[in-house]
Amino acid sequence: LSRIGDELYLEPTESGLSLRAVNSSRSGFASFLFAPLFFQLYEPGGAGPEAELFRCKVHMKSFLGIFRSLPSLEKSVGKCLILLKPHASRLVLQLHCKHGVTKTHNLAFQECERLQAVFDTQSCASHLCAPARVLAEAVVHFPLTLAEVTLGAGPGGKISLRNYVEDEAEPSKTMVTELWLAEDEFQSVAVAPGSHITFCLKEFRGLLSFAEASNLPLTIHFDEPGRPVIFTLDDTVLEVHLVLATLSDLDSNSRAPSTNGVSHLPAPADDFADDLESYMAAMETSEGGSERAPSPTFSLHARRPAQSTPEEEEAEEEEEEEGAVPGTPPHKKFRSLFFGSVMTPGRPGLAPTQEVLAEDSEGE
Amino acid sequence: MRFRAKIVDLACLNHFSRIINTIARLAKTCILRLTVCKLYFILSDKVANGGASMWCELSQGNFFNEFQMEGVAAEHNEIYLELVPENLSRALKTSQSAKAVKIKLTNKHCPCLRVAVELPSLSSSSRIVTHDIPVGVIPRRMWNDFREPSVPDFDVSIYLPVLKTMKSVVERMKNLSNFIVIEANLSGEMNLKIETDLVSVTTHFKDLGNPPWASEDGCQSSAQGRDLESMAEACIDIKKLQQLLAGQQVNPTKVLCNIVRKRIVHFILLHEEVSLQYFIPAIA
Repeated sequence: LSRIGDELYLEPTESGLSLRAVNSSRSGFASFLFAPLFFQLYEPGGAGPEAELFRCKVHMKSFLGIFRSLPSLEKSVGKCLILLKPHASRLVLQLHCKHGVTKTHNLAFQECERLQAVFDTQSCASHLCAPARVLAEAVVHFPLTLAEVTLGAGPGGKISLRNYVEDEAEPSKTMVTELWLAEDEFQSVAVAPGSHITFCLKEFRGLLSFAEASNLPLTIHFDEPGRPVIFTLDDTVLEVHLVLATLSDLDSNSRAPSTNGVSHLPAPADDFADDLESYMAAMETSEGGSERAPSPTFSLHARRPAQSTPEEEEAEEEEEEEGAVPGTPPHKKFRSLFFGSVMTPGRPGLAPTQEVLAEDSEGE
Repeated sequence: MRFRAKIVDLACLNHFSRIINTIARLAKTCILRLTVCKLYFILSDKVANGGASMWCELSQGNFFNEFQMEGVAAEHNEIYLELVPENLSRALKTSQSAKAVKIKLTNKHCPCLRVAVELPSLSSSSRIVTHDIPVGVIPRRMWNDFREPSVPDFDVSIYLPVLKTMKSVVERMKNLSNFIVIEANLSGEMNLKIETDLVSVTTHFKDLGNPPWASEDGCQSSAQGRDLESMAEACIDIKKLQQLLAGQQVNPTKVLCNIVRKRIVHFILLHEEVSLQYFIPAIA
């Protein structure tokens, strides 16, 4: 969760304790739901059946600091108590250790509204399930600094992973790495042929290492480019969701020779064009790079992401962060793209009311 | 102009990867020269490289199971490519358990070296990872820029001490100074010196041995007439020396150092199947 956001949201529910995080650009959301059975004791609280359960958020670093060294925790800690009283000013974490030692941590918290991304795995056209190990072995071929990766369904039922090269980067200078996985490496494959999505690899790696450590199979639900990708892990006592925004495919028409989002690199074959004679002859003339219409980039840093973000219900408290709604996008194109995907006419399975977080003041 | 090669043997692959890693530490961009029998990694002594230059030569037969090269023309049966060795290093890094690695020169959107790694998998078909490394094709008219450098007319030639020892000494010296003086004589003695306002440090090595160099005309080498004790020294950028020493991933069979007083230091690292020469100019 710390790979996603700087704040940890704790939401006790009747079905368990949910820990959640969202990233600053609102393009990534994760939740871990621990069932009551996970705990030795679970009392979500609430004065009565109608009372709202108390929610809060704390600084991720403060919370993580308590669990800093897992090996020594495993050796010395017998029990961990998490206690939140509605009128208390602190979230209490108590570690009951060996030799009668009790370490009590009092964390400052903020009350908050429910953090919930709206997503629906059922409405996704494509689903993949694989052991975490397979995906971890796939992802190891990409450098740790790589921001985005494209997952695609290729010919022959193969699934590909390719590093995403931003349009600003010179195509003649950037190394492109592509990995192909056979269908039988997956536990299940149900994908729309030729489909592909591009998402943030860094945030995915966080979930992947958790999945590997817990030896759980990972399911990927995705749809068209621009619609969020949902990663899920399931266990008897734990339900994990990671929702990431994906790059929308504005420039699919200008990307020769592919259209309709079909991946433009063929399945691995031995015979590909290596005709350098003509290249050598033409070397004096300027190289024609592939002309592409400028497309909004998927950037989690300075720029606004230009893809549809999971809709959220946010409280006023969230506005002090980088905006509960995308603030002032640098280009009009980004803004219209965001609202364009929000206004997409209803598809089967889509929630009937899409909450628009900010009205378009220019009436586009 | 075509190039295809294949490595199937894991030991060869690991060895080749280590060589590429060493090259990647020494040069951000370099030239790969392909001939029928050999591969060369060349860094020419441009100002951009800080004046250092490199010449690394390996016989393809020691690494590749298959190697097919057709140069730009029949009478110039060679290919010169400019590339970023770090890309090649990364492509090979995760191929440690590969069944086969194929390298091919292609031109889809731009000239690339396509490295295709076939990895074992639990499924019926192997996993294939391809890395398209962009390269620049060097036209024949520029090939003269990349000729093999000649061995300089050195004042002293000496074998280096154990590289690991020398590396740890130089690493500590690097924290204190930007420049290091290498001096050596023909009696097998070498000193590494740094001097700043606050501190000067000298490390002495002895009994290193001096390589015998046959002179061209068969007479006694001019070194005989010289004082065997007198030191020839050159002051060089310590970072370049440290990069050279730190980049060595395999212990070379022999390492020679030729010093031209106040001009240049020439290192020759010899392994069984590869030789690497590195020139570091002296700072005035």
